Amino acid sequence: MTALRNAPPRYALVVLVVLFFAGLPTVVTSFQSLEWAGVLIFAIAIMGLNVLVGYNGQISLGHGAFMALGAYTTAILVHRYQLNYLVTIPIAGLLTGLVGFFLGIPALRLSPLYLALATFALAVVTPSLIKRPEGLTNGVQGIQLLPPDPPPLLSDVFSLVNGGQPMTSEQWLYYLSFAIALLLFWVAWNLIRHRPGRALRAIRDGEVAAAAFGVNVAGYKTLAFGLSAFYAGVAGSLYGLATGFVSPDTFPVSLSFQLLVGAVIGGLASIAGPLVGGIFTYWLPIVSSQFVSDQTWIPSQISAVFVNAGPAVTYGALLILIMIFAPNGVVGLILSGYRRLRDRLRGAGERGTGQMPPDHQTI
Amino acid sequence: MALLDVRDLSVRFGGVIALDGVSFSVEAGQVVAVIGPNGAGKTTLFNVVTRVYRPAGGSVHLDGQSVLGISPHQVIKRGLARTFQNVALFRSMTVLENVLVGNHSRTHTTFLGAAVPTPGASRMESEARKRAMEVLEFVGLAGRAAEPVASLPFGTQKKVELARALASKPRLLLLDEPAGGISHEEVGGVAALLRRIHSELDVTVLLVEHNMGFVMGLSDHVVVLDFGRKIAEGTPDQIQRNPAVIEAYLGAA
Ligand SMILES: Nc1ncnc2c1ncn2[C@@H]1O[C@H](COP(=O)(O)OP(=O)(O)O)[C@@H](O)[C@H]1O
Ligand SMILES: [Mg+2]
Repeated sequence: MTALRNAPPRYALVVLVVLFFAGLPTVVTSFQSLEWAGVLIFAIAIMGLNVLVGYNGQISLGHGAFMALGAYTTAILVHRYQLNYLVTIPIAGLLTGLVGFFLGIPALRLSPLYLALATFALAVVTPSLIKRPEGLTNGVQGIQLLPPDPPPLLSDVFSLVNGGQPMTSEQWLYYLSFAIALLLFWVAWNLIRHRPGRALRAIRDGEVAAAAFGVNVAGYKTLAFGLSAFYAGVAGSLYGLATGFVSPDTFPVSLSFQLLVGAVIGGLASIAGPLVGGIFTYWLPIVSSQFVSDQTWIPSQISAVFVNAGPAVTYGALLILIMIFAPNGVVGLILSGYRRLRDRLRGAGERGTGQMPPDHQTI
Repeated sequence: MALLDVRDLSVRFGGVIALDGVSFSVEAGQVVAVIGPNGAGKTTLFNVVTRVYRPAGGSVHLDGQSVLGISPHQVIKRGLARTFQNVALFRSMTVLENVLVGNHSRTHTTFLGAAVPTPGASRMESEARKRAMEVLEFVGLAGRAAEPVASLPFGTQKKVELARALASKPRLLLLDEPAGGISHEEVGGVAALLRRIHSELDVTVLLVEHNMGFVMGLSDHVVVLDFGRKIAEGTPDQIQRNPAVIEAYLGAA
């Protein structure tokens, strides 16, 4: 009983979540798989934002721009240079990461407010920047990407568990996003519970003290920017592949806001937060506009206005609610509830055993 | 050669002269106290030595090498660790994690090394954790390693700061008001802990206090600052009998 109570429940939880996502395409339609790929792609981008904002205490209102860079890198390399799309994913991530790293250098000199403004400006100019080099980006027309075929082996294996149905391109895009999300979440978790992650968090909590213990503040902040952009670049690359079409309008300013709101709603400085954030960021605009138009008692003129402004309204309201009632996001809310329950179960007086504690704050 | 040598140090903040031509040195193995009323420039002195502030003039040498040319984050590699007057712990972290950051300069796992942990990185991490636990054992906080620091009482937080500084295996420990803001009952414990740090860990200590009683039983040598100027230095006995000190410092208290 004691062993049961002391067992870290989060490992079981992680296994459950992974199994859920692994099995999802066998119970939902092929199109819905693609929607859930969108969730995971947003989760990757939000994890990048989480490294920067949640763990390192910097701010970015321009992560949509990094996603755009990743998406166009893949689109151009595939469409124009006939590169294999799989190869373009790490290239998109690395290129975006490099750009993020170099943008992180001037960011060192900016106060949080000005950094927010500067990154916001980046998000604002991105659509017009994309339109410019028309030969490369196809301008406003955008670039079409053919849906990739699933690898035959995977498709055959999948058909065994899926009643003989082979894997569709949409399902393959889901699994690709899932595998990459899994990898990148694992990498983030590793970083956070080791020396580099502690350095990032130390900087957020106090730069002077962090430097006093040997943390190269400027170096780590720049690296955090680069790493964060890398995640967004990979997410952008997958986003382009999943939607099969990239254009300047794919990356409006609001995308950057959605990502940041998703990061806050899910819970900053947590590994599970970005997944929850991805779910919110993807589904909220869809669900909230559907919800309003489904309410027959609302006059159609009013609901039409809401459907247009709906997501923004819902985002704003939700953000305010979260900041008041759950400053650590949904994951923080669940964790604190769980801790309270555990402390009740354990009772007081079991502390202070002098044992090596488990990793803290790693989920 | 002195372990720490401060020569003619001057610091200005706009019109305020925080330090005015201060000189003194700390020999290896000593406990040296810098005392003086509030605003005398004691914290500023630490901030110059640890490269937080740039002095208007003067020099600081550690083991004969100037520290004024290095970056703040390189100071610790020279064997110089500090605590902060108002406690500057990493508030979102646990006790153990704070002490692990104290270990930062003695480990070198990079982003890449941690991203996909190699056996080497994992070994380094578990060694770091072991060392951190040993330090916590030493200050008597091993049982609270997993607690978030923000929830600890002030006196305990100060001990965590000490542990964090010790984790870097310093040669010279700079302590900014180690007895400041803690209860009367705890002060004796802090003094005893500092004695153990000095004798058992063989660490040279430079501490700042404005509580004169606290330092007298503890230090080999006392430097007195007043309005940024050194007005006296000597053994605790000499300082207690020095008329200028009594005038400027005790008289004001
Ligand atoms: N960052 C700063 N900016 C402006 N003035 C400062 C700063 N730090 C310290 N001072 C001033 O320098 C003087 C010495 O302060 P300090 O070193 O904190 O004194 P102590 O630690 O001896 O109480 C005070 O007059 C204080 O106001
Ligand atoms: Mg002070």
